[in-house]
Amino acid sequence: MSVLLDVKNLQVDLPTANGMLHAVRGIDFQVNRGEMLCIVGESGCGKSMTSMALMGLLPKRAQCTAERMAFDGTDLLTLSKKERNQIRGMRMSMIFQEPMTSLNPSYTLGNQLCEGILKHKKISRSEARERAIYLLERAGVPYAAERLEQYPHQLSGGLRQRVMIAMALMCEPDLIIADEPTTALDVTIQAQILRLIRELQQEFGTAVIFITHDLGVVARIADWVAVMYAGQVVETASARQLFSSPVHPYTQGLLNCIPVPGRTAPGSHLQAIPGVVPSLVGELQGCAFRNRCDRASTECTRSQPQLISVDGGQHQVRCPVMTQQWQEAV
Amino acid sequence: MSQPAVSLSPATSLLPVVPEWRRMLNRVLGHHGLTLGAAVLGLIVLAALFAPWLAPHDPYAQDVSQRMIPPIWHDKGTWDHVLGTDKLGRDYLSRLLYGARISLTIGLVAALISGLIGTTLGVLAGYFGGRVDAVISYIITTRLALPVILVALAMASLVGGSLQVVIILLGLLLWDRFAVVARSTTQQLRDAEFIASAKVLGASTPYILVRELLPNILSSLIVVVTLEMAHAILLEATLSFLGLGVQPPLPSWGLMVAEGKAYMFFQPWVIAVPGIALMILVLAINLVGDGLRDMNAPEGRN
Amino acid sequence: MLAFVVRRLLVALSVAFTVSVVSFMLLHLSGDLATSIAGPEATAEQVEDIRKQFGLDQPIVMQYLHWLWDALHFDFGRSYYFQDTVMGLIGERLPITLTLGGIALAVATLIAIPLGVLAAIKQDTWIDRLALLIAVIGQAMPSFWFGLALIVIFAVNLHWLPAGGNATWQHFILPAIALGYYATPAMMRLTRTGMLEVLGSDYIRTARAKGLNERTVIFKHALRNAVIPVVALMAVELGFMLGGSVVIESVFSLKGLGQLAWDAIARNDYPVVQAVVLIIAVFYIALTFLADVINAMLDPRLRVR
Repeated sequence: MSVLLDVKNLQVDLPTANGMLHAVRGIDFQVNRGEMLCIVGESGCGKSMTSMALMGLLPKRAQCTAERMAFDGTDLLTLSKKERNQIRGMRMSMIFQEPMTSLNPSYTLGNQLCEGILKHKKISRSEARERAIYLLERAGVPYAAERLEQYPHQLSGGLRQRVMIAMALMCEPDLIIADEPTTALDVTIQAQILRLIRELQQEFGTAVIFITHDLGVVARIADWVAVMYAGQVVETASARQLFSSPVHPYTQGLLNCIPVPGRTAPGSHLQAIPGVVPSLVGELQGCAFRNRCDRASTECTRSQPQLISVDGGQHQVRCPVMTQQWQEAV
Repeated sequence: MSQPAVSLSPATSLLPVVPEWRRMLNRVLGHHGLTLGAAVLGLIVLAALFAPWLAPHDPYAQDVSQRMIPPIWHDKGTWDHVLGTDKLGRDYLSRLLYGARISLTIGLVAALISGLIGTTLGVLAGYFGGRVDAVISYIITTRLALPVILVALAMASLVGGSLQVVIILLGLLLWDRFAVVARSTTQQLRDAEFIASAKVLGASTPYILVRELLPNILSSLIVVVTLEMAHAILLEATLSFLGLGVQPPLPSWGLMVAEGKAYMFFQPWVIAVPGIALMILVLAINLVGDGLRDMNAPEGRN
Repeated sequence: MLAFVVRRLLVALSVAFTVSVVSFMLLHLSGDLATSIAGPEATAEQVEDIRKQFGLDQPIVMQYLHWLWDALHFDFGRSYYFQDTVMGLIGERLPITLTLGGIALAVATLIAIPLGVLAAIKQDTWIDRLALLIAVIGQAMPSFWFGLALIVIFAVNLHWLPAGGNATWQHFILPAIALGYYATPAMMRLTRTGMLEVLGSDYIRTARAKGLNERTVIFKHALRNAVIPVVALMAVELGFMLGGSVVIESVFSLKGLGQLAWDAIARNDYPVVQAVVLIIAVFYIALTFLADVINAMLDPRLRVR
């Protein structure tokens, strides 16, 4: 499998009245073709900022730097605005959290579905419409042909998200970034949309970066997982490794928050991680998680832990204490 | 004042608490437009109040030998008449100072009258809703359809233009925005908890409206006061300019422009001076109004 | 959509009716018209004659119904001063005022919308501040004075344009600027806030994510939504401008409806005054109605309702 997206030391900073806010503090990850990477974390951990940085949709005042942000061999950061626009929408597209407000109320769905492909590819209007109808049908939108003439407000939230998914697939992109695409939806529809994204991803061989705060979702779809905390990746592993042997206390805490059918007894307490996410303004002193960590020692305040491999392979963890314990146990 | 029911614990009272008025002051001073507007407006108000002491001449004293003296920045200007004289030889600066009294009086009184009418209608419509609201909204719509300047001109012509007539006419015509704002803010507060608790405590409706509701919509209404003051001042100047407002020899700024109109081709300052005075006054009031509106808006919206 | 239009139309008609009552009453109750018409030197007998001649001795309700009946047949009686019917005068003057209003609105729109869009795109830069300054100053300038200033500068000193009258299209430029400038600040501010709100919306992010260029994002996706409330305001401002034409037309001696009203007011020619007030009010009502309909057509969410 070849690497599609290779990100090294990505940083996103936002100047605020109280000082520099470090939304993303130097993260590395790779996405292989046709693979699904899930980025997990609480709100404010920098996962949405990461996706915006990849798409080049950060707010103007945000400063984005990276050692490398290579998409299929081209460094996105060195591209001109125009070149970036040619990749954006064409080779990488995005599905957003809020289906209710992510479609322009003034234009028909057909117009909004087709405008991207009409801009990027030499294709006739009727071909674009045909593709839109085909993808709407694939995305499970009934009466697809008629829908093209409809306006967003005539559709339910679930249907709109299906339209957004179809829209993201219009140009056959290599990469789709889905930023919490199911969070705003009802639980039953959530499951359908998840299954749909997984199916379409496998069918079209598209790589997906799926951003969520919900490890339950991750368990169902991910190939690879990166857990983010306070703008850093604290643990990254294949989905199987992460769920079978989580190492970082934060990952373990997150896993303990999910009820497991058969294992979590009715009426028993679900664990919550005490405390709140630390302020992202200013520099970190020591481990960002130590104030909420029950294993924290004085060592954790002294130096910034680095991301190190626990198994000699690609399972990496930003916690020397737990890594050592885990390695000794093995 | 009675004793507070709960005394502050020593710990809390030791905290360096910034008093509310200080924080407001900081916000005011942080807002340049508001500061500037308030300063200019304050100066104009002072000038108007102390006009009898500040004015170098009697604003009504005519002197044919001193006609059309240009202001000081012209070659032929004199320090005796800093802003020059008009066609009857009256000192322009003195007339300008006394004219500020007219503009400010008209703006303030007209805004108060229209504020009273508009707020009453708006609060009633917003609080009671239903049929009351429908009727009052209809009245507002009708009022908006009437061309203000035309109606004011026609009525001033029938009644006879004068300072008092202009004030009353404008007061009776400019209440629409008060009504609209009072109505919508009342609607937002109608179901608020403090209103509900007053109801539960058995407060009468007039008490609720005046003592509970009104203080809470006042801040939005003060913004409207500034807007309508500016509006009334401009309309008075317009009516006076057209000859149906304040009558000569009163030194209304609009009237001064009208009297200078015949001379403006060769001596443009005769209309420039009162016109710019009018503009500065209205600008100052608008800046204060804009600033107040920004301050009313939730913090961080800028 | 149809039900919406019909409902709005009924409201508009009833407001027009109420306005006719109010304007009639205002003029009849604010003074004794017979004395005003007869003039200060008239004897009591002459006043009485005039009262009879103009039907002012009848109960006011009868006078109103009589007037309304005729008005519904587009008959507003004869002018006391001009040797013509009121309808004839209005037919002659209205086109001039409508031309003036139309050009003024065009001027206002052409300044306000681009400036508002620019201010929003360049938020918090000097362009934004300049636009705000123009708006604040515009709101503070008395229109009659601005008109005079335009005459002094462009007609008298620069000789670029004529100062008054309505012989050619050039004669309309200065008055249209003076009238239109007054509507500019409100429209510009609304465009700016509308654009800012829309540019921050999720669907603009979606449009950007499609890789559309900035021009398409701003003009296709943002402006269309931001401009909806501005269109409504344009109609309302045009209504205000027709009302404000009395000032500008007298400054520029344009022989339009406003000038007619002004002459009629000065001469107590009240059939003319009444008719002009009613016509301008009806225009305003029609324009706000139009604004509602245009709004509904531009916004698909309203269209379905």
